[in-house]
Amino acid sequence: MASVAIFAAIVLFAVRYRRRRGVVAEQIEGSTALEITWSVIPLGIFVVIFLWGAVIYFKERTPPRGATEVYVVAKQWMWKLQHEEGQREINELHVPVGRDVKMILTSQDVIHSFYVPAFRIKQDVLPGRYTTAWFRPTKAGIYHLFCAEYCGSQHSGMIGQVVVLEPAQYEAWLGGGAASGSMASNGENIFQQLGCSTCHRSDTQGRGPNLVGLFGKPVQLEDGRVLTADENYIRESILTPGAKIVSGFKPIMPVFQGLVSEEQLNALVAYVKSLNPIPSGAASAPAVVPSGAKPQETKVQ
Amino acid sequence: MATAAITAERETYLNQEYGIKSWLLTVDHKRIALLYLLSITFFFFIGGFFALLIRLELLTPAGDLVQADTYNKLFTMHGQVMVFFFLIPSIPAVLGNFLVPLMIGAKDLAFPRINLLSWYLYIIAGVLMLHCMLTGGVDTGWTFYTPFSTAFSNTKVIEAGLAIFISGFSSILTGLNFVVTIHRMRAPGMTWNRLPLFIWAHYATSIIQLLGTPVIAVTLVLVVLERALHLGIFDPTRGGDPLLFQHLFWFYSHPAVYIMILPSMGVVTEIVPCFSRKRIFGYKFVALSSISIAVFGFLVWAHHMFVAGISLYAALIFSALSYLVAVPSAVKVFNWTATMYRGSITFSTPMLYAFGFIGLFLMGGLTGLFLAALGIDVHVTDTYFVVAHFHYIMVGGAVMGYLGGMHFWWPKISGRMYPESLGRLAAVIVFLGFNLTFFPQFILGYLGMPRRYWQYPPEFQVLNVLSTAGSTILAVGYLLPMVYFLWSMRYGKIAPDNPWGASGLEWMTSSPPPTFNFDHPPVVDWEAYDYEHIPAPQEARSGG
Amino acid sequence: MADSPTAVEHHNPALKHHFVDMEQQREASSLGMWLFLATEIMFFGGMFCAYLIYRYWYFPDFAAASSSLDITLGTVNTAVLICSSLTVVMAVRAAQLGKRQQQVVYLALTLVLGLAFLGVKAIEWTSKFEEHHVPGPTFNFQGSIPGHPGQPVDQHHAQLFFSLYFAMTGMHALHMIIGVGIFAYLLYHAWKGAYTPEYHTPLENSGLYWHFVDIVWIYLFPLLYLIDRKK
Repeated sequence: MASVAIFAAIVLFAVRYRRRRGVVAEQIEGSTALEITWSVIPLGIFVVIFLWGAVIYFKERTPPRGATEVYVVAKQWMWKLQHEEGQREINELHVPVGRDVKMILTSQDVIHSFYVPAFRIKQDVLPGRYTTAWFRPTKAGIYHLFCAEYCGSQHSGMIGQVVVLEPAQYEAWLGGGAASGSMASNGENIFQQLGCSTCHRSDTQGRGPNLVGLFGKPVQLEDGRVLTADENYIRESILTPGAKIVSGFKPIMPVFQGLVSEEQLNALVAYVKSLNPIPSGAASAPAVVPSGAKPQETKVQ
Repeated sequence: MATAAITAERETYLNQEYGIKSWLLTVDHKRIALLYLLSITFFFFIGGFFALLIRLELLTPAGDLVQADTYNKLFTMHGQVMVFFFLIPSIPAVLGNFLVPLMIGAKDLAFPRINLLSWYLYIIAGVLMLHCMLTGGVDTGWTFYTPFSTAFSNTKVIEAGLAIFISGFSSILTGLNFVVTIHRMRAPGMTWNRLPLFIWAHYATSIIQLLGTPVIAVTLVLVVLERALHLGIFDPTRGGDPLLFQHLFWFYSHPAVYIMILPSMGVVTEIVPCFSRKRIFGYKFVALSSISIAVFGFLVWAHHMFVAGISLYAALIFSALSYLVAVPSAVKVFNWTATMYRGSITFSTPMLYAFGFIGLFLMGGLTGLFLAALGIDVHVTDTYFVVAHFHYIMVGGAVMGYLGGMHFWWPKISGRMYPESLGRLAAVIVFLGFNLTFFPQFILGYLGMPRRYWQYPPEFQVLNVLSTAGSTILAVGYLLPMVYFLWSMRYGKIAPDNPWGASGLEWMTSSPPPTFNFDHPPVVDWEAYDYEHIPAPQEARSGG
Repeated sequence: MADSPTAVEHHNPALKHHFVDMEQQREASSLGMWLFLATEIMFFGGMFCAYLIYRYWYFPDFAAASSSLDITLGTVNTAVLICSSLTVVMAVRAAQLGKRQQQVVYLALTLVLGLAFLGVKAIEWTSKFEEHHVPGPTFNFQGSIPGHPGQPVDQHHAQLFFSLYFAMTGMHALHMIIGVGIFAYLLYHAWKGAYTPEYHTPLENSGLYWHFVDIVWIYLFPLLYLIDRKK
């Protein structure tokens, strides 16, 4: 577009103004008006491109409510995925057409990056915290999954595929796998085994905060700060509970860092989420318009 | 212009003293420039050799030439050597060192001994880097991301980190020297508005070197300490934050890319007016654009981190700022084009390189606009699209500018002319080889091939083969000038003072210059790029 | 440009060949030192940045770790450095007035104060070593969050504090050692009479460097030692 115009101008000038006998160059000092024009117009174009990109990015980073969740643990050099319903996969992710999928990603070791070119998504996966990404597949098929952040020896071997199935086939696939219980029910088991229920009771008598209805809500901390109880908050509260003390409670929760694996953490997070009362038919959030949420065919050039 | 042949007795900086000691203990900025020329060319070969191995491996989808670990070391060291030991010094340390005092009418830089110290620091760093490479190498990627570099890699991260740390001081001291020189040692009458734009470009570059390099220095210190003492500054399992490393790293490494490109732009701004026989269009705006790039360049670092886990709002801000920094670069391109308008253009070798620069920089810059767009970046970051983008700028841009500058000032530096038709041929070969190497990589990235991949899915092979083919042509294009420059030192035509009929004080002294640059200190009472009053080179060329 | 300088300006043995006159040389050296200090600000700035971020995130643990630093020794060192900056200024003044003896005295005092600072720092570091507060395999921070006797300090966060403490004070101490070396050199040359009212640029510029190292400490001290000390 613009580049072609500039190329053309240069080639044109090079030819038209090549050195010729008797023709002397014309000394032109400059033109402030021209300088301003060709600063402002590109800037205007850039603003448009920026806004366009920003809107797409905003949608990309805002998973819609009600998306199915998949927990992903990346490690050198493989992808471990677990569906809410409990199915575990290695280097493969089966999903049905037309459903929003939100991935909750963490790494066991170094930084990786979850990249599905066909869906136009990419998200770095960090150790020590959760990052999220989401997509909605629109066409059945098998799509590459790559690790896109250099992570050592077998970085280029850390690839897999996303298998998008028609809904009926997906149901069949679900049924075929070994049922090991949903993540939330696994989480509940771990919750009991580790003794969490001793202090985190579902009434107000517990020595720890009540976790029912906690997820996604604001929490007031003892130092006055208010933050939202998201996945990272839950995770941090388990691994280093002293970091953020809830107002009105004593800092007596034991530290679980080193005592739970990433998968166990994921299950616990899924369990805490499941403690929220199920929303009634009228969903609490305005539905995000699906058309903008589909994986975009972003036009390049 | 005098065209007298150089008599054997005329003293120049080259023959003033002989012997290795006179070179290794010199404080003459021109000799130091040549010391750098030799050293960076050496490292260019090493970095280039790694590149060739990478491209050979990528001929086939499977990893069959080298092992995965070796490949990871190859791309890491290719990046480190090319960035820190070739590109960052290149134009400033060779052409800048040689020309800054000449262009402003001074006898030398402000601190000649510090200039020599800069070179020795570079050499010490280079030796350490070589030792690191020969005793196992490093495989973290030139970006050293934590916690891989601090807690997982089994390679010589500390040594590589220290080598780059030391090379940073070389860069800082060069920048310091240039800024003080430009401020304090201009000849009488050489006001800021009469300075060649090459000087403005180096001034801006030096500001970045001064303010940015210390940050990566301290970051590398922290990485080395963390790795050696198992601290946790960047390690989440010990309370640290890997993203903090990325912020600190990119805070320098983004401005670093402007260190690499601004001097080239300065070179192009000298070449285009000369071979259009016209003053530069919009002098003040070109000068201002160099400074703007330096300033804005410090504000955009996190555009390397859009998918790294930064907040949405941070991403929006950095994307917006990244568009701001593109404006001054665009302004330069427009001004060069306008300079050609109604000019009288000669297609000399330097001019061919300048054309190549403008075209390739344009492509690289425009793809930078795509990368700055958040929505697009998510798809193409960490893929070959980015690799193509930065090679267009750094190789298509910076290296072309460097070669163009070397050709333009070769007569001044060596006192000899290089063979013009071979020069043009090499320029064309470089341009074609370059495009064949890197254009397919844009497509590869868009199609989804990630970077730093030793093996890849078979559907990417054809484009990879094209790219490798291009790289062999590019290699030939680079070897040619090395050969004929060496040849010219013995057999090239003797160069007159001003073979191109160019403006600038450096052309008003002999080729090569005497040790103290000017027989009589110049006094300037004319404007820059005074092509109206400079005769075209035809008359000058017929002699010698 | 200055008026035509005296013969001394042109023929001063200290004039380097590539400068036109002493004024140009002086101004160039001075600008060079200021620029160098700007790079030092950026250098320390990186560490300050890391420190400030972690302190914001882990304030209680950092406060606990900070309170284990010896505030008396820290204050003494601050006073020592401020005095040493004074002696540096006095040395420069003595050179301006052509008083060789005074220069030597003040430079020697500066040197002594600088060494005193380093000595106190060595004492502090030794005690940290003995208390197992040095990051690494032997690190062990016993203590609780100030104001919350039941809540133990997070070891990782405490180790972060000390990593940054040693990195920052270590880097500062390195700059002090270099400064001491420079002033030893200056002392020797001052004693030989090298610095006169016409030429004492090395004194001035080294003084700038010394003041800068002092200022870095003046930032380090409250940031590291004075977190949350309610007495």
